[in-house]
Amino acid sequence: MIKLKINGFDIEAKQGATVLETAKENGIDIPTLCYYPDLKINSDCRVCSVEISGSKNLQTACSTPVKEGMEVKTNTSKVYNARKTITELILANHDTNCTTCSRNLKCELQDLANTLGIDENRFEKVLEMDEVDNHNPSIYRNPNRCIKCGRCIEVCKDVEGTYVLENQGRSNEVKVAPKYGKYLSDEDCTFCGQCASVCPVAAITEKDDSQRVFDAINNPKKHVIVQVAPAIRVAIGEEFGHEAGGQWTGQLISALKRLGFDRVFDTDFTADLTIIEEGHELLERVKTGGTLPMMTSCCPGWINYAEQQHPDMLDHLSTCKSPQQMFGALAKTYYAESAKIDPEDMYVVSIMPCTAKKYEAARKEMQINESIQDVDAVLTTRELAKMIRSQGINFNNLKDGEFDTPFGITTGAAAIFGATGGVMEAALRTVSEVVNEKPLEKIEFKDVRGFDGIKEATVELGGNPVKVAVAHTLKHAETLISQVKAGKSEYAFIEVMTCPGGCVGGGGQPYGTTNKKRIERIESTYRVDGAMQIRKSHENPTIKKLYDDFLKEPLGKKSHTLLHTHYHPRHKKT
Amino acid sequence: MQLKEVLDKYPQSEDYLIEILMDYQKHKMHHDLTEDELKTIATHLNIKESKVSSVVTFYSLFSLKPKGQHVIQVCHDVPCHVNNQPDVLSTLKTMLAIDIGQTTDDKMFTLEYTSCLGACDKAPAMRIGEKTFTKLTPNKIKAIIAEYRGRKHA
Ligand code: SF4
Ligand code: SF4
Ligand code: SF4
Ligand code: FES
Ligand code: FES
Repeated sequence: MIKLKINGFDIEAKQGATVLETAKENGIDIPTLCYYPDLKINSDCRVCSVEISGSKNLQTACSTPVKEGMEVKTNTSKVYNARKTITELILANHDTNCTTCSRNLKCELQDLANTLGIDENRFEKVLEMDEVDNHNPSIYRNPNRCIKCGRCIEVCKDVEGTYVLENQGRSNEVKVAPKYGKYLSDEDCTFCGQCASVCPVAAITEKDDSQRVFDAINNPKKHVIVQVAPAIRVAIGEEFGHEAGGQWTGQLISALKRLGFDRVFDTDFTADLTIIEEGHELLERVKTGGTLPMMTSCCPGWINYAEQQHPDMLDHLSTCKSPQQMFGALAKTYYAESAKIDPEDMYVVSIMPCTAKKYEAARKEMQINESIQDVDAVLTTRELAKMIRSQGINFNNLKDGEFDTPFGITTGAAAIFGATGGVMEAALRTVSEVVNEKPLEKIEFKDVRGFDGIKEATVELGGNPVKVAVAHTLKHAETLISQVKAGKSEYAFIEVMTCPGGCVGGGGQPYGTTNKKRIERIESTYRVDGAMQIRKSHENPTIKKLYDDFLKEPLGKKSHTLLHTHYHPRHKKT
Repeated sequence: MQLKEVLDKYPQSEDYLIEILMDYQKHKMHHDLTEDELKTIATHLNIKESKVSSVVTFYSLFSLKPKGQHVIQVCHDVPCHVNNQPDVLSTLKTMLAIDIGQTTDDKMFTLEYTSCLGACDKAPAMRIGEKTFTKLTPNKIKAIIAEYRGRKHA
């Protein structure tokens, strides 16, 4: 333990802790702007400046480790004036139209200006307006709101290993942008949205599709149905003041009904279906000597990455569409037929933790015919929360609702799709029972759980040991890919999710997502699984009925046209 | 000189990025670096293109746009300024029919400002490529431009 003084009070701190962390633990808030938990500390903004005994200049609390006998002052007028000046300078170079900004009241810069009591700016506006990038279906980049904190650069580079964003230009003309200031769509951007998730302001956000959805709901001719991904129910409460780690399925359903959706369905249903199709695809590949390892295909960020970086690896990807797309395809065929609704009049909305899902839904391959996409609009958790607030729906007072049939009965296997390792575990539960033709003794595959970048497990299938692996973040996926390319991969099946922690940590989840919160959401996810009556996809009675009535058999003709897809190498435009 | 020859002169390390960029750009007739060339350099040094782009856009000495064969840099600091630099500059602008930052239609000349060339005692001064011209007058400018117009790319 280290003894120091902050603002005159005696404080004990852990060796290696920073002044910022120590102050926070002791109830002293130091404002920050560039600092973000889990990311490399660059200490660029200097908003966290404090006075430290023995040094003439102000020091940055986020990067300064505590030392024995240190005396820190966080609230002198020197500190205050420095913070104020820095913030005013940032505001002078910022498009400060807060009332018409998507982050109004959810913005770290606005908070900071407010905390510092800035009510006028001594500096003249120097902002030169720059072009906004709205050239893709997922991510909206507004350089006029960028404060150059560098968080997005770090997440894109260090966490994901995608290196799309970088500082371009210099000093007061520096821009955080893709190379040569190009559009994200011209670059190898996977649209994962991790940059949007850490951006303190509205400089990188999801593309807002809520108006389109309101328009559909208000159109009496449209039958508007909504599906919710497994990761939403363990996160949406955070938007309404709850701590991470809860689950809000019932309230979420009620909120969607109040928003005016005609039916509220569960993406978990098609997650179960994915397991059946993907499980059989794996067994088929093993039996017929197909390409192995097979790699999961439910994460569109990962699909983008594979198409961009590893066009020679596309045969390894499962041909299964993601649960979101399987849902749309079935809704506009199976459900449309049984409910006697013209698919043209149906509007399918998904609530996803993910910005890349918007890109996926817009793909040419993802349609039931030339004019009808499987899914019409994708909303992130954040967009949904905003819609709920805008309609005056008091989320916290809602009674629990229930999913509608037929896509409402689901299993614990589907529930864990949102966590890294979840798709693998769900697949193993089904594949083992199908192959070994006897019930599993232990249905929990703990080896593939947890927050390690790469996890592996060995399972007995028909008397043979089979190895599988799981990676989250593309940086870790890259390690597994290099093994495959070098012919050294020992695995039969690999799960990849782009976002840290899996979809629970997706780029569309509530602001303030940190690894700590991701882990809490994951734990909540396994609690949801544990509480389910049915925990294996192949035991879902509605799935059985779907095969009997409509699909006939896994990997059959109908499945092939509706539930499977193919991938394309993507050549970069230079 | 080919890009490959330049790359071969340096160790294959990120530390030499700026040297390579400077060396290669010097050999280009229009003093620019194209995205394709930068991509080759990035691949060779095993660094990301976004990083190379970041470096190239940081230093004003690198250009992503083709310039004239001859880049004329007119000193813009005070000693030159008070010694008739404005006359010299306006002669240049009229003769070439371009403004600062522009390139002539025939891609022969680009006009730029530079800071002090260290020739203040012989002000006003300008530089074309590696050559510095001092004690400039409008007549001297006419002669110099005429001479450059008459010769091929060195
Ligand atoms: S990003 Fe924040 S400070 Fe900037 S306009 Fe939006 S709300 Fe206001
Ligand atoms: S969406 Fe993902 S890949 Fe694209 S710039 Fe942001 S972090 Fe990088
Ligand atoms: S886009 Fe956002 S995260 Fe990236 S540097 Fe600008 S303000 Fe920071
Ligand atoms: S938060 Fe410490 S320097 Fe930006
Ligand atoms: S000021 Fe022009 S050469 Fe020094």
